[in-house]
Amino acid sequence: MQLKIQYYALMREQAGRSEETLETASATPADLYGELATRYRFTLTREQLKVAVNSEFSDWSRRLAAGDAVVFIPPVAGG
Amino acid sequence: MMRFRFTQTAIDTAQARRELLDLGAGGYVSFEGWVRDHNEGREVTRLEYEAFQELAVKEGERIVADALRRFPVKHALCIHRIGLLGLSDMAVWVGVSSAHRGEAFDACRFIIDEVKHRVPIWKKEHYRSGDSGWVNCERCAAPPGHAHEHEHEHERHDEPAAGHS
Repeated sequence: MQLKIQYYALMREQAGRSEETLETASATPADLYGELATRYRFTLTREQLKVAVNSEFSDWSRRLAAGDAVVFIPPVAGG
Repeated sequence: MMRFRFTQTAIDTAQARRELLDLGAGGYVSFEGWVRDHNEGREVTRLEYEAFQELAVKEGERIVADALRRFPVKHALCIHRIGLLGLSDMAVWVGVSSAHRGEAFDACRFIIDEVKHRVPIWKKEHYRSGDSGWVNCERCAAPPGHAHEHEHEHERHDEPAAGHS
């Protein structure tokens, strides 16, 4: 299944890109993070992140569908 | 409604304030967050703000809507700047108008606190020493008890003297 992944802030720098289209067998955001953390050596643990699917906050165990847009959200620091 | 929005240029507070005007309001409270020259003992020279805008504006709108439900105020608005900011530049502005001052202060405080905790915005500090770091992301291994709250502003509250508040 193909997913669109967008990266921000520290994760954008560590991935070396701001977005990509990915062919993956990961069924959930949690699985997907495991796959990508290995590939890009992300330093943040999943417990430090939130995740959004199609521009809305999501559960880590949600079933991903082809075409979903996934964003991992590092600890925020607005203001 | 656009009660939460981003700008890439300086925040126009005069225009923002006009959006809060209401014949039933006796005053308004605003908060400005400014870029400070130090954080956690390091000299900061500039800040870089980045946001996941599609979700950030939704979450920001939800925060302002929450504030309008919780507090009996007239209007509320939050504008956050993104991009590269220098010292003393304004990073965020919150304004709330209401019949009486108490709820305006409370709602303004609620909005800035929630924005800092919930909205997907990140800031990278550039230090005088030449290096840089994403706030809350690169020093998470700090010892227990070490504050994770990184304040970046000085406070300023405005309220017209002529209000019935």
